[in-house]
Amino acid sequence: MRTNIWLTRGLRTAAWLSASILLFILLFLIQESSPLIGEIGLGPFFQADGWYPQEGAFQLTPMLLGSLFVAGGAVLLATPLGIIAALFGQFYAPPALARLYRGLMELLAGVPSVVFGFWGLVVLVPWINRLAPPGASLLAGALVLALMILPLVALTADAALAAVPQQYLRGAAAMGLSRWGTIQRITLPVAMPGILSGVVLQTGRALGETMAVLMVCGNVVQIPSSWFEPVRTLTANIALEMSYAVDQHRTALFISGLLLLLLTITLVAVASHFRRMQHE
Amino acid sequence: MNDGQKLDSGITVLIWLVSIALVVLPLSMLWDVVREGLPHLSFNFIVDQPLDAGRSGGVGSLLISTFWILGVCLLTTIPIGLGCALYLSEFVIPHSQSEKLLGFSLDVLAGVPSIVFGLFGYAVFAIQLGLGFSILSGGLSLACMVLPLFIRTAEQALRTCPKGYRQAAIALNISHAGFISRILLPSASGGIAVAMIISIGRALAETAVLIFTAGYVTRMPGSVMDSGRSLSVHIYDLSMNVPGGQSNAAATALILVMMIVLINVLARYLSRRWQHVE
Amino acid sequence: MSTWGIRPFFIRHLLVGCMLLSGLWGCGPSTTEKLTLTGSSTIAPLASELAREFEARHPNVRVDVQTGGSSRGIADARSGVADIGMASRPLNGKEMDLFAHEIAYDGIALILNTENPVDQLTDQDIVAIYSGEIDNWRLLGGPDQAITVVNKAEGRSTLELFLKYFKLNNKQVKADIIIGDNQQGIKTVAGSPAAIGYVSIGTAEFEVSQNTAIKILGLGGIAATISSVKSGDFPLSRPLNLVTSGPPEGWSKKFIEFAQSDSVHSLVKNQFFIPVNAH
Repeated sequence: MRTNIWLTRGLRTAAWLSASILLFILLFLIQESSPLIGEIGLGPFFQADGWYPQEGAFQLTPMLLGSLFVAGGAVLLATPLGIIAALFGQFYAPPALARLYRGLMELLAGVPSVVFGFWGLVVLVPWINRLAPPGASLLAGALVLALMILPLVALTADAALAAVPQQYLRGAAAMGLSRWGTIQRITLPVAMPGILSGVVLQTGRALGETMAVLMVCGNVVQIPSSWFEPVRTLTANIALEMSYAVDQHRTALFISGLLLLLLTITLVAVASHFRRMQHE
Repeated sequence: MNDGQKLDSGITVLIWLVSIALVVLPLSMLWDVVREGLPHLSFNFIVDQPLDAGRSGGVGSLLISTFWILGVCLLTTIPIGLGCALYLSEFVIPHSQSEKLLGFSLDVLAGVPSIVFGLFGYAVFAIQLGLGFSILSGGLSLACMVLPLFIRTAEQALRTCPKGYRQAAIALNISHAGFISRILLPSASGGIAVAMIISIGRALAETAVLIFTAGYVTRMPGSVMDSGRSLSVHIYDLSMNVPGGQSNAAATALILVMMIVLINVLARYLSRRWQHVE
Repeated sequence: MSTWGIRPFFIRHLLVGCMLLSGLWGCGPSTTEKLTLTGSSTIAPLASELAREFEARHPNVRVDVQTGGSSRGIADARSGVADIGMASRPLNGKEMDLFAHEIAYDGIALILNTENPVDQLTDQDIVAIYSGEIDNWRLLGGPDQAITVVNKAEGRSTLELFLKYFKLNNKQVKADIIIGDNQQGIKTVAGSPAAIGYVSIGTAEFEVSQNTAIKILGLGGIAATISSVKSGDFPLSRPLNLVTSGPPEGWSKKFIEFAQSDSVHSLVKNQFFIPVNAH
């Protein structure tokens, strides 16, 4: 096709502009964190005796694990359930119900995290509390986050499923494959890259979510030994303390942000590595 | 019935059950919001200014601020985001270093915590660029946050364009720009509408970014350079910071949810027109 | 599919959007004096109400209130980003170059769930609970339930005040739940029968009047009420401050004087705080 050079340039600029936001954010975080890293190095953030920023102890490992566990739990819950919801909307529900169902998912995708968090705080946490105190826990966080990202996982999976060419499905029907057989052998494999791309995005969302997690996780800085124990995530750490932190404490909170970004970079790198392996 | 059929109907039942069960919890949550908020909802609540820290009065000025913030955000996100999505789906060489780097940056950007966008937006837009606490700062910071979500979702939609369309366009010697504007975009408009719906939902739901950038002022905004509190910030403040604000928080959440329904319907309608009317 | 429909359609919508936005630029009010306050989320609702009242009295002044936390308020007051900072704590040693102006007081009380039969705790009991020496309500005459200790996040002034009063150090505190905002503390204790926490007295009194499942404990034999904080008898209280980088001048001075005046007492009380000069 004949290509207009200005069109290409314009679009390329838009693309690199979008991507450069990450660079700016990275630079911003490094600039804000560097004074403390320069002063005490990186070691203390993983070796210190707990997180007592007023006393100069900045241990971040438990919160790093907290972020991973909460987001990991949420994604492990939301991915299969979201795919099932998308399959339901695409193949099982009658068209009218499917439209309603999709509408509901879109609606839920726009409910503010505060509403999820507040509901978690006044309904879910007291409920878990009856089972195993204190209630505010890793489990509560993972559940609330799963509920939050589920509609988005379902919607992107739904779009990916809808994009599977009709010929494939007709071909499967001609071969006499059952509905589940078609889904399992043709639809899901074809739609998988799209579904996974949605899951990666939502993993990022789960890692980055602040307000809801802050309300239901209990925020105790410790490595949890069960799903019923409270944890603090790196994001909750920033949101809880940023408003009152000064000097080194404030800088340490920016390091929490930087660490979270590095964690995300690692996860995305691992994910894209697996995707490439799958392709080959 | 043979085993295959048994499995098939078993899975059908399972999928129905799980899908129905999935909406029970969120629906009960929404029901709580409706029960708490509906008695406080009235025409006056929608048009009045908030009084007594939001415990009385309405959300009129906040609705306007929210629309303006969303407007700034979308006017930034859609051109840049659609451009980037087109570049990724049409122009960049697959599996090249550029594609990998762009995709990688966007996926990481999607994982940056909203509170970091808030602090970043405050430092860059409010302080460095001198925009202060304003609807403009808020909308731009929000755009940074929803961009990756919009781009990745729109890109998926653009990639689903059937090969035949492209071959036909080549055969007819249509320019690339013409192909994009007359064939690719309309055929992907449904997916682009989904991308917009998801982005708008995310933008409307965001709190942490806006507290630090668009601000907390409840006065009716006079221009985009004024600070204006969004509905989501109001909900957060009323439920976590203002004792006795819970019912009005629920009423505000209800308004937000209704707005999202309206926007969804509108986006669907526009995308359908885009696809068929031409 | 006609070939030409798409472009006008798309461009039309884009144009409408641009027109709307440019319309917004134009209609700003003719600039008047502007006063910016930033800082403590505790003070922000009160300051917003003060600002509205102040604007009503001085129509040519606009007072913008932003939130974001006490340290932010102090930093912004120092850097000049804000005319006035808001801090829900006294200034610390490194901040003595700034000027703090008290506009209200706030007391801090311990709260329990209403299901808990315990309704009195000595200071020693509280120290023992928070340091983990007593971890079951049975030891204090309550049911056989593990105590859920609710503590505030590091840096918050209520935490500092609490630790100072009980001569505790945050490393000794064995918390089960750490909370941020005041309402989170109230909701947490209201939702878990075995919890103990500490929150603002005024808001706790309000929540009790709304039948929230919490009860307020006295401290050292003194009932935790707004009036005991007002009279100065209650031992745990903090000032809410407006902070300026120099001696206040101009509209800042007028606003601070207004915020400290007797005429705003009802506004202060409506936000469940205790007005200054009200002793």
